Amino acid sequence: MSRLELKPNFTQPDAFYAALTAAHRERSEPESERINARLILLLANHIGDQQVLEEALEIASQVVSAPNQSQ
Amino acid sequence: MTTYKNPIYPYRRPAELDVDITPHCPIIIVGAGPSGLAAAIDLALQGIKSIVLDDNNTVSVGSRAICFSKRTLEILDRLGTAQKMLDKGVTWQQGRVFFQDREVYSFNLLPEEGHRIPAFINLQQYYLEEYLVDRAMELSDYIDLRWQNKVSHVDSLPMQSLVYVDTEDGFYQLSCDYLLVADGANSKIRDMLGLECKGQVFQDRFLIADVVMKAEFPTERWFWFDPPFHPNQSVLLHKQPDNVWRIDFQLGWDADPEEEKKEENIRPRVQAMLGEDVEFELEWASVYTFRCRMMDSFIHHRVFFVGDAAHQVSPFGARGANGALQSVDNLAWKLARVLKGEASSSLLETYNTERLHGAKENLLNSTRATDFITPKSRISRLFRDTVLELAEQHPFARTLVNSGRLSQPCHYYVSPLNGADDIGFPDDLCPGSPAKDAPVKRDGKEAWLLNQLGNRFVLMIDGRADSARYQSLVAELSELLTLHIELDLVIIGPSPHFFSQLPRCTLLEDSDGLVSERYGLTGDGGYLLRPDQHVAARWKKFTASNANDALDRALGKHLTADANIKGDCHVTA
Repeated sequence: MSRLELKPNFTQPDAFYAALTAAHRERSEPESERINARLILLLANHIGDQQVLEEALEIASQVVSAPNQSQ
Repeated sequence: MTTYKNPIYPYRRPAELDVDITPHCPIIIVGAGPSGLAAAIDLALQGIKSIVLDDNNTVSVGSRAICFSKRTLEILDRLGTAQKMLDKGVTWQQGRVFFQDREVYSFNLLPEEGHRIPAFINLQQYYLEEYLVDRAMELSDYIDLRWQNKVSHVDSLPMQSLVYVDTEDGFYQLSCDYLLVADGANSKIRDMLGLECKGQVFQDRFLIADVVMKAEFPTERWFWFDPPFHPNQSVLLHKQPDNVWRIDFQLGWDADPEEEKKEENIRPRVQAMLGEDVEFELEWASVYTFRCRMMDSFIHHRVFFVGDAAHQVSPFGARGANGALQSVDNLAWKLARVLKGEASSSLLETYNTERLHGAKENLLNSTRATDFITPKSRISRLFRDTVLELAEQHPFARTLVNSGRLSQPCHYYVSPLNGADDIGFPDDLCPGSPAKDAPVKRDGKEAWLLNQLGNRFVLMIDGRADSARYQSLVAELSELLTLHIELDLVIIGPSPHFFSQLPRCTLLEDSDGLVSERYGLTGDGGYLLRPDQHVAARWKKFTASNANDALDRALGKHLTADANIKGDCHVTA
């Protein structure tokens, strides 16, 4: 029973966040989109487990209903 | 330019035109394409007569299906046409995928040694149909093949079907126990009966161009995403016999099919792809859109839908004709058993359960490939291109590249016909799986295991059993074979000769040890195989009583009560 880790799991949270934003600094939007797509695919393969990936997709996809919630 | 001349088959005036009664026959098949012809041949080999009605008088015009899988060829080998296909076809195993101006990935189907049939051959559909017609004519005692006999109306009744046929000499009527509908993707009979085939239409157009050229391209499958010679679209190149090359251009939804079909518009596309100095001639071209769709049930009263009429897929993955042949393979033996009174009609409902599973698998794979090849949004296009970009350097991304997941044999893992399975056997031959080939010796001569199986039930046991058991084993087998006249015996040896005193018994020598290896077969072990060569049950320690139970189960004897509950929309006893 694998589950998506939602408790803190970063070894260095601030350093990760800095690296993520640094990767996008001074990039055009199309370039940033490509970087994100590459990153998602690299990380998805690292996780590998379909169930974990689907749980992550499920939570990530909740953004769709956000505008309704704010009304 | 043509490399193939379509044979013209003669129309003959049907005798029914001159009688007042409505003749009744066990089976009528509508459509003399790959599915209909294969069904007629399969039934004939199992002793069942059929009438095949076709509104045309020739084989496929244009190459259409060109890619035939190992399992399809194994089925055709059982039907007696595979050797001609192997002799004529182009065998390939290497595929390459290109993105823009570079190769990003190649694959090799790497067939395992010790199989009669290669992973894939390419061959124009008209050759397949011609060979099937030839075979059907050899079986003319069983197959009444009627060209230019057009079915104009069908009445599907609970116990029989009435078929109204138009010919140039007038109209006649037939009735049958079972009607097989193999009239293609736009099945008129399906429409007449008000039945639906539901699914997805893809908003895209493709141009198929068959060109004749003497080219230096290797015998490989080449697939381009967004190539310089056809920007933003995909292209597939595949070799066929007679120096014919299949080129498949994605055109986009806005393309005008009539314009794109014109030779003057096709030529520049092909020339841009092949290079300025390559000479070629255009043999056949067609512009198509495609659908991935299937019926909810392939059975309506006593009408059975097979092939594209029942399930239709996109061409990516070669799952159309290959899926169709597997459906025929599944249905024919069941119809034959029911017509011979060896099984009740509830067995036929398992055509639905087993082949709905197969069709769903094909539809899923075909839809996924199509979504990868023709992305539906800017973001899905971004992911597609990113996968291709990463694939060049990183092996993980190659697993996501989907230019068609090539047809694999279907396993009926969850089937009511599956019987016992003991632990310690290889997973890929569990009940519901198609049998695997292996080299064997029969009467000292080289032969193939699959050629010893099929058309009838076969009990395959290992004759290298503990010698203390021989005497009781022979007695048990003798009783079993007497009880079940539909059962044959294959004994894997070297085994003692006294087995040969048993009726309907074939002694094989596992000359390369591959039967033992592939089947996990050891002394005392056994497999029961269905007439379609799928595994019904297997045991580490075979007993006649186990075999008896498995045989009853594979014939659906436990299903009668279940099937009757399902009501009148399916076949019931």
